Amino acid sequence: MLEIRNLHVAVDGNEILKGVDLKVGAGEVHSLMGPNGSGKSTLAQVLAGRETYEVTDGEVLFNGKDLLDLSPDERACEGVFMAFQYPVEIPGVTTNYFLRAALNAIRKYRGEDELDAFDFIEFVKEKARVVAIDNSLLQRAVNDGFSGGEKKRNEIFQMAVLEPKLAILDETDSGLDIDALKIVAEGVNKLRAPDRAIILITHYQRLLNYIVPDAVHVLVDGRIAKSGGKELALELETDGYTKIAGQRAAVETEKV
Amino acid sequence: MVGLKDISDTYRSHLARVEKSDAGDAFRWLHPLREAAFARFCELGFPSVRDEEWRFTNTAPIANTAFAPAPSGEGVDADQVAPFTLREPGAHRIVFVNGRFVPALSAAGSLPGGVILGGLCDAAREHRLIVEAHLGQYATIENHAFSALNTAMLEDGAFVYVPKGTVVDAPIHLLFLSVADAAPWVAHPRNLIVTETSSQATIVETYAALDGGVQFTNAVTEIVAGENTVIDHYRVGCESTEAFHVGALHLHLRRSSTLTSHSIIFGGALVRNDIHANLAEEDCECTLNGLYMIEGTQHVDNHLVIDHAKPHCRSWEYFKGILDGKSRGVFSGRINVHENAQKTDAKQTNMSLLLSDHAQVQSKPQLEIFADDVKCTHGATIGQLDDEAVFYLRSRGIKREDARSLLTFAFAGENLNKIRVASLRAQLEQHVRIKLSP
Ligand SMILES: Nc1ncnc2c1ncn2[C@@H]1O[C@H](COP(=O)(O)OP(=O)(O)OP(=O)(O)O)[C@@H](O)[C@H]1O
Ligand SMILES: [Mg+2]
Repeated sequence: MLEIRNLHVAVDGNEILKGVDLKVGAGEVHSLMGPNGSGKSTLAQVLAGRETYEVTDGEVLFNGKDLLDLSPDERACEGVFMAFQYPVEIPGVTTNYFLRAALNAIRKYRGEDELDAFDFIEFVKEKARVVAIDNSLLQRAVNDGFSGGEKKRNEIFQMAVLEPKLAILDETDSGLDIDALKIVAEGVNKLRAPDRAIILITHYQRLLNYIVPDAVHVLVDGRIAKSGGKELALELETDGYTKIAGQRAAVETEKV
Repeated sequence: MVGLKDISDTYRSHLARVEKSDAGDAFRWLHPLREAAFARFCELGFPSVRDEEWRFTNTAPIANTAFAPAPSGEGVDADQVAPFTLREPGAHRIVFVNGRFVPALSAAGSLPGGVILGGLCDAAREHRLIVEAHLGQYATIENHAFSALNTAMLEDGAFVYVPKGTVVDAPIHLLFLSVADAAPWVAHPRNLIVTETSSQATIVETYAALDGGVQFTNAVTEIVAGENTVIDHYRVGCESTEAFHVGALHLHLRRSSTLTSHSIIFGGALVRNDIHANLAEEDCECTLNGLYMIEGTQHVDNHLVIDHAKPHCRSWEYFKGILDGKSRGVFSGRINVHENAQKTDAKQTNMSLLLSDHAQVQSKPQLEIFADDVKCTHGATIGQLDDEAVFYLRSRGIKREDARSLLTFAFAGENLNKIRVASLRAQLEQHVRIKLSP
């Protein structure tokens, strides 16, 4: 479903991703871990189409299409969704208006009928219930004055409404209390389907108690340093990243 | 370049025509003020950019155009007026074409007893005592060439009188329409709105063009908010993008009055919106909201002066501009807190959104405070759309242009939401949407 080959990404001439290779098959859940500043969010943002990042080499295929060739909105319409690590506040635009505009843009792209305000409300109420979001949130401006936890839940709510093919969750679990974490996990598990893939960027094993990943990858200094099964996350929880980072450094020195 | 002498000669001939007209006759008692105003205009001439109050607005295009007096604009029919009317149940409408009252197009509806709504020229004869007591008392001719010219050329405009204790529920709509002529023309509409103690009214002034063409509207509106009144006022400008509009609004607030005035400007090649609010007695509250949205080479200058003359008054200014193309915006907001105006609470906010790299805004707050126990704040921001927000919307499937429109609408929406006349708000929201659609 998603294939990243030798991806190099730079910001202002500084290389952040230094050759990432990653394959995520349909129906799979992958977890991406790694120390602060290793490039996890950079990878997520590049997949979503953030223009501040410059792809200097490599390619990304999404269902056979060259993802890097598409605009951010086209990617969303193709089914890519990123839950932001730091969701943006948009004063003056209600969540209701924003989400209907988004859903209809996607439906239009796919040649489906747009939903009118009434149908949309019906559709969305059900989704709001799943992520235990109060309907009044729909009338509030997007993320405006939301707490950190509310913002994260709003991301999952949007994901539930837009029903993406590929969801990339950038630390959606960070800073959540256990109830909110369970809601996020439930949202993700509901989305799981044979034709969908999910990438969970996280620092904590805790989330993976609720969402069992098919694979775990560790990003260190812009490269995937180690990949493994779900037990790798447990290992990291006890040992930290230093061991892997050390191995990585050793490999680098050998090369020199 | 047209010299001051040529300008004086041109307008002197206009004045001679006015004096001989029906308005000249109706306002016979105003003759000395007319003469004084014209003399003052000749002394001042049109302001230049060397004048501090006009530093960023060049009036040369007005000075250099040989305007003819506005033609009568006969033949406008109800169908042409319909798109500009307020869809508010029970609205009281009076219509002016090229500055002159047209009773046939007006529909004042049923007004509470004692309320007067009509043309100022008629009022000069029929309600001379009220008109004479107020006309020219608030709009001074001393330092403002355009107001002096308006006073000299005064012929017609709207007259609204709300007697003591009267509540006018439905909005009063003063609709000024302009019709193009072969030659550029000038009109000087003059409006007088007087409200007595404990009354309440909503007044919407609209300036709109039925077609394109070069016109110069030099309007002056004087509003007296009587004691303990609640007045909601709107001034909407959607003239042609070739038009010149200089509008001066003089607000006189009496004790415990609450006056809100909204300025909404979309049209005009060159627009100057002067507002002077005099919080003349204690416990007044004056709110000035503004929204303008321009493109191309349009130029809008909002020039606000608030005089806090007495203690315990509040003033709130909230002006926003959206500029595209090579348009220019100017905001200058002066707050004068007089010596004994203790407990003044004043806040001024000016926010500008630049949609293009070539648009420019000048924002100039000025606080002159001569009392010591006051709260006075001001803030100005000039910025572009937030890239992060645009990306956020796009990452959810919304196209770039749509994301930009959505965010721009949200910026405008904050001010549009302050409009309390529902149908007007809906009309203006629609106007903004159309302007934003690619
Ligand atoms: N827009 C940017 N401009 C400049 N540097 C950036 C930008 N975005 C990321 N970086 C840098 O790239 C590196 C990787 O950042 P990134 O946010 O991808 O890390 P991360 O793995 O998500 O970290 P964390 O776990 O703290 O979220 C960091 O050194 C960061 O400072
Ligand atoms: Mg990150």
